Amino acid sequence: MPKRTDISSILVIGSGPIVIGQAAEFDYSGTQACRVLRDEGYRVILVNSNPATIMTDPEFADATYIEPITPEFVEKVIAAERPDALLATLGGQTALNTAVALHESGVLARYGVEIIGASVEAIQRGEDREQFKRVVQGLDVGDAEVARSHICHSLAEIEAAAEDLGYPLVLRPSYTMGGVGSGFAHDHDELVAMATIGLDASPATEVLVEESVLGWKELELEVMRDKTDNVVVVCSIENFDPMGVHTGDSITVAPAMTLTDREYQRMRDVGIEIIRAVGVDTGGCNIQFAINPEDGRLVVIEMNPRVSRSSALASKATGFPIAKIAAKLAVGYTLDEIPNDITRQTPASFEPTLDYVIVKVPRFAFEKFPYADSTLTTHMKSVGEVMGIGRNFTEALGKALRSTEQGSGFWLSDSFDGDVDAILTSLARPHDSRILEIGEALRAGATVEQIAEATDIDPWFLDQLALVHEIGEQVRDADELDERLLRKAKRHGISDKQLAVLRGVDEADVRARRWELGVRPVFKTVDTCAAEFEARTPYHYSSYDEETEVAARERPAVLILGSGPNRIGQGIEFDYSCVHAAQVLSASGYESIMINCNPETVSTDYDTSDRLYFEPLTLEDVLEIYHAECQAGPVAGVIVQLGGQTPLRLSQRLKDAGVQIVGTTPEAIFLAEDREAFEKVLDDAGLPAPKYGMATSFEQAKAVAEGIGYPVLVRPSYVLGGRGMEIVYDEPSLASYIENSALVGPDSPVLVDRFLDDAIEIDVDALYDGTELYVGGIMEHIEEAGIHSGDSACSLPPATLGDAVLEHIRTSTEAIARGVGVRGLINIQYALSADTLYVIEANPRASRTVPFVSKVTNTQLAKAATLIMLGSSIAELRASGLLRPVDDGAARWPGMPIAVKEAVMPFSRFLTEQGRSVDTLLGPEMRSTGEVMGIDRSFGVAFAKAQDAVYGSLPTGGTVFVSAANRDKRHIVLPVKELSQMGFRILATAGTASVLMMHDIDVTTVRKYTEGRGPDGEPTIVDLIEDDRIALIFNTPTGETRGGRPRGDGYEIRTAAIGHGVPSITTVQALESAVQAIQAARSGDIQVRSLQAWGADMDEHFASARAH
Amino acid sequence: MSAHEQDAILVLEDGRVFRGQAFGAIGETFGEAVFSTGMSGYQETLTDPSYYGQVVVATAPHIGNTGWNDEDDESSRIWVAGYVVRDPSRVPSNWRSKRSLDAELVAQGVVGISGIDTRALTRHLRDRGAMRVGISSVSTDADALLARVRRVPPMAGADLIGYVTTAEPYVIAAQGARKFTVAALDLGIKSMTPHQLAERGIEVHVLPASISWEQVEALAPDGLFLSNGPGDPSTAENAAALCRRALAAGIPLFGICMGNQVLGRALGFDTYKLKYGHRGINQPVLDRASGRIGITAHNHGFAVDAPTDRPVDTPYGRVEVSHVCLNDDVVEGLRLTRDGRLAAFSVQYHPEAAAGPHDAAYLFDEFVAMMADNTSTTKAGEQA
Repeated sequence: MPKRTDISSILVIGSGPIVIGQAAEFDYSGTQACRVLRDEGYRVILVNSNPATIMTDPEFADATYIEPITPEFVEKVIAAERPDALLATLGGQTALNTAVALHESGVLARYGVEIIGASVEAIQRGEDREQFKRVVQGLDVGDAEVARSHICHSLAEIEAAAEDLGYPLVLRPSYTMGGVGSGFAHDHDELVAMATIGLDASPATEVLVEESVLGWKELELEVMRDKTDNVVVVCSIENFDPMGVHTGDSITVAPAMTLTDREYQRMRDVGIEIIRAVGVDTGGCNIQFAINPEDGRLVVIEMNPRVSRSSALASKATGFPIAKIAAKLAVGYTLDEIPNDITRQTPASFEPTLDYVIVKVPRFAFEKFPYADSTLTTHMKSVGEVMGIGRNFTEALGKALRSTEQGSGFWLSDSFDGDVDAILTSLARPHDSRILEIGEALRAGATVEQIAEATDIDPWFLDQLALVHEIGEQVRDADELDERLLRKAKRHGISDKQLAVLRGVDEADVRARRWELGVRPVFKTVDTCAAEFEARTPYHYSSYDEETEVAARERPAVLILGSGPNRIGQGIEFDYSCVHAAQVLSASGYESIMINCNPETVSTDYDTSDRLYFEPLTLEDVLEIYHAECQAGPVAGVIVQLGGQTPLRLSQRLKDAGVQIVGTTPEAIFLAEDREAFEKVLDDAGLPAPKYGMATSFEQAKAVAEGIGYPVLVRPSYVLGGRGMEIVYDEPSLASYIENSALVGPDSPVLVDRFLDDAIEIDVDALYDGTELYVGGIMEHIEEAGIHSGDSACSLPPATLGDAVLEHIRTSTEAIARGVGVRGLINIQYALSADTLYVIEANPRASRTVPFVSKVTNTQLAKAATLIMLGSSIAELRASGLLRPVDDGAARWPGMPIAVKEAVMPFSRFLTEQGRSVDTLLGPEMRSTGEVMGIDRSFGVAFAKAQDAVYGSLPTGGTVFVSAANRDKRHIVLPVKELSQMGFRILATAGTASVLMMHDIDVTTVRKYTEGRGPDGEPTIVDLIEDDRIALIFNTPTGETRGGRPRGDGYEIRTAAIGHGVPSITTVQALESAVQAIQAARSGDIQVRSLQAWGADMDEHFASARAH
Repeated sequence: MSAHEQDAILVLEDGRVFRGQAFGAIGETFGEAVFSTGMSGYQETLTDPSYYGQVVVATAPHIGNTGWNDEDDESSRIWVAGYVVRDPSRVPSNWRSKRSLDAELVAQGVVGISGIDTRALTRHLRDRGAMRVGISSVSTDADALLARVRRVPPMAGADLIGYVTTAEPYVIAAQGARKFTVAALDLGIKSMTPHQLAERGIEVHVLPASISWEQVEALAPDGLFLSNGPGDPSTAENAAALCRRALAAGIPLFGICMGNQVLGRALGFDTYKLKYGHRGINQPVLDRASGRIGITAHNHGFAVDAPTDRPVDTPYGRVEVSHVCLNDDVVEGLRLTRDGRLAAFSVQYHPEAAAGPHDAAYLFDEFVAMMADNTSTTKAGEQA
């Protein structure tokens, strides 16, 4: 049956900003869907608030709306575009919930929009726990069961359920993503605490209370079904971590490793009957199961009637592109009508079979939240993931572990003399580094049985770890590392670096020895069919095996090093630049070759580049790929400046090993990080940088700080990305910082910088070709300098800077780019303080803001940078149309759009060990996971849209609570007065209230949390927030709060705000912007506009500018 | 376990050599090298009589993880001539496991090899076709082994049914009330097949392949079942003869795998050897009547050469190709109708699916329906 011709335009809803539990995987699936639908000739309309995605590149849809994904804004898009159909199963829970809301409010019916992919009824049968339970119990496959449970809507019901089921038990709020609010309760106290959170987290105030299957095997199936009821199971995934840890936080393995065929087929039968009974007609779903390891009892846990993180993983794991196929099924194709991309000769109506093993390892960011509890539960906490492909489990696991770039991998070093019992006790608690602790347990002499007992991890997996441990011992104890032993170690995933540690030599020595012995990996192909048919798609992974499958080629290759796992500070934005590089290289006569290990991304889609190597981004792995490709044909070079810190860290060593790096040299890259060398560049250019000094003790630091003057910015000298960075306002705080920082010591000095209080921070992205500078964009931060740029909102073009400042920025940027020796991209952060422009730092590489700038200015900076690296000049790129013909991204003209980028924070995901939220204050250490963008004709409206995209919406009336630190009090008078004049009721703490009153603002004093309720039960501000009586909170820190440590009123207010989803503003600048946004929202209807429409305006402007 | 460090060698008849470690019994073995792509079900695969004479290469790297249990055997013993794996499990882990795969291979004297690049071997067989192979863990002299490999008789023309069929007839009782009696010709039958039939109220008489038509007739069966089996179907002459007698006698007939080839030959089609066969549990088969696709278990090196674009008239009725494999359009099923009514059908794949998915289990129901239909018309005819 061919595709549907009764629909011609399709609205696709994306997943919005990257948050924990909903990340880059939806960029991958959404991009695939948009591409497929356009290829099929449909008009594609996209709504997604996230500017960092490939999906929101204007070329992937006919109309791209970077607008808030709220029912209100999506309705505006529907009204403007009148799509025939809505595809909501590819944008995660956000898209699904929005579609359901639009259905329930009658908007879809009113505009005649049909939901395709999965009906609302099917979505609800799959998502609603009670309905789903009934579906499973009614299945036609014998004794399919779910865990015993009760659906509850109140605390009393939850307590009654606990009576019946006994402890421990599981709480799962309905309609939440990433397991928000879910977890185990072991006693009544925990139950009450979790019930309150859970009922609140569920939009339906509904919580499922369930018998515990803690410790059982956890498995997943990815199932697809077409409209003629053909069903295939694309992939089975087995969790290394048993039930109790969210699958997003578990190490997972594909295919399932510890099931017999009978058990697997029974699970498959149940999975197929579930997708039928739920009624997912045209698409995919993910179904989770638990199996009791004692007797094989199979229990269905849940299903997601949409593509998911697991389906992205399964797609990368098998070569079967689930989202792409789901999109085709949604428009009417059947599985047998869709060709398998990889074999081309066989259809998609089959089940992939693997001749390799996939291991996914989550990447955590607990170092960013030092007070957060690192125990893993059913509530997802990881911020990214990596995937290792190997010909066996150990090889895949070794690759995945080294891909996380955390720690040094597993089973290193000498015997470990820790106490076995203590380690086993620690192992019983699932936590972020449990697999490394298993290595310690083995080294301390624990047996597989003991570890299995402590962890409930299947003994098969543990034996594999024991195998690696044994080989490690053999390597350590051998007189000589001979070929046989070396090959064996490599076949089980032990890296050169680990071998070097075991042998007490350098990694380079191991590599030299290995090459001398001819022990080198070959490259196999992910082909969906275990080699039964020839693969047409070069999707490779390395293995220490016999035969390689890398084909010879004619075109010169360029290798692009990707950015590895998503983490805070290095995420999807870098993947965006890498994908653009691949696109422009392929279009320019090169063979684009991508290396990356992150299964969530667009870059690791085999469709993105000409060749894909799904490999760790370590020196060893990259050198082997480079070697293999040099043997396959000419190699023009390696791109390291687009993937963030991961490739940058490798660049010098790659060059030293003889690898051709294109663009800015590694030496130039590091010149910018060397304080002294960079100081010289600035001096030569006549540019000031804030004063700074180094110290290894408190006394020294104190002296430096006094010389500079407080406040000062302190940070360990050798870490990047704002890690451990703080603003210190006085001497006691400095003493406390030095005393408490594990990162500062005699050998690791602390950098003390002048902190420019009250300065405006400015971010610039620019291109430099050796002779000409092209400013990509100048962004003005809304928060003052001192808040990490990744956590700060910013506007493009700058909302308050004059032309003279912009010109000064341009000349400074050019001087630095020339001085450093940039060929490609450079990002510079400036601070404007009292009319002096200070250079904070310069990074000669693609920055986090490249996609934002590219979209707002309708100019593909990463593509231009790629061609500059390979020798093109900016003049040529202007001529070819890739860059603006005149001016550049700094140009401002009347009628141009203004965009605001806002950061999205993950605070609600993290609890302290006491079960409280971590603090939400912004600081110099980046903690946001994602970003949204608002774009319009005025700053206020753009800012309003950005806030709407984060919070749902800013209030246009109600009660505002204000509490400002002393240094901020004078700045808040005007904005608060405006709020008051707009009709907001103003509440403030006593000190703030007294200032506001003096300015004739009608303000009511409210009790602080620490004051407690009044004699007549007068509520504190926290009580009011918890009663949902506060619409907006403005609360600035008093200056000494550090790292999210619970303390004082501010903390209580901000955590209550998080718990109740109240917009909470913590800087004066953001308050001023919010007031403008509220004015804009109140002044009338905010419109939506597609990027393509903005782009057409810009093209017209520059065409006429050129003509003049 | 000690065998794992002992060197072993695998030599293909075209001279390609793979070196690895001993696995299972120490010794030397020969057969036809074939690859199987299933990721689960090695116990069922190894005990499938259709693999008699074949050295099976597992494309899934980890083999033996779930050990060996007492329930999943598809026959009384392991039939493969040899087993080629990459990473055999050191320990079994499954609540039903009774012993390790390695121990079972040793106990049954099955020679294997581990630690070789099974993907390279699979690609070699895919590109050059299934071929003869030898494995040795007693000598690593490749040239000497090659000479012995080339003396092994080829699979084309091999009559292997006699080695695997039951010596004596036996009966599997129907579960619940007996509705039908079926004569099941054992060409290498897997135990899940009579089990599937018995579950549907069928009393199954499993008969030696050499049985005479008179002995079959004496059972007065409601239907004849032709099982799977090893070797070249062109050698299964007795089975084809029985098939023709049953068709002439109007006995409903259902065949699986070799049974499909036997029915095809009985109806006048030829059979031919595929380049490297279908062995796996993920093969998409189109049921042309319903348009539905089943994901099915395959194990066949030969196929029926029948036209897929039109029905063919035979002395027993009109036959058409009912199922095709979507990967390569190979004939996967035949359907014989007489006077518009179903008289016999067969599939090239394994609806009993052990190992494999259960998508095709409905075919057993169709067999029951066909027998019911035949009984009622026969009775109606008698009454008239």
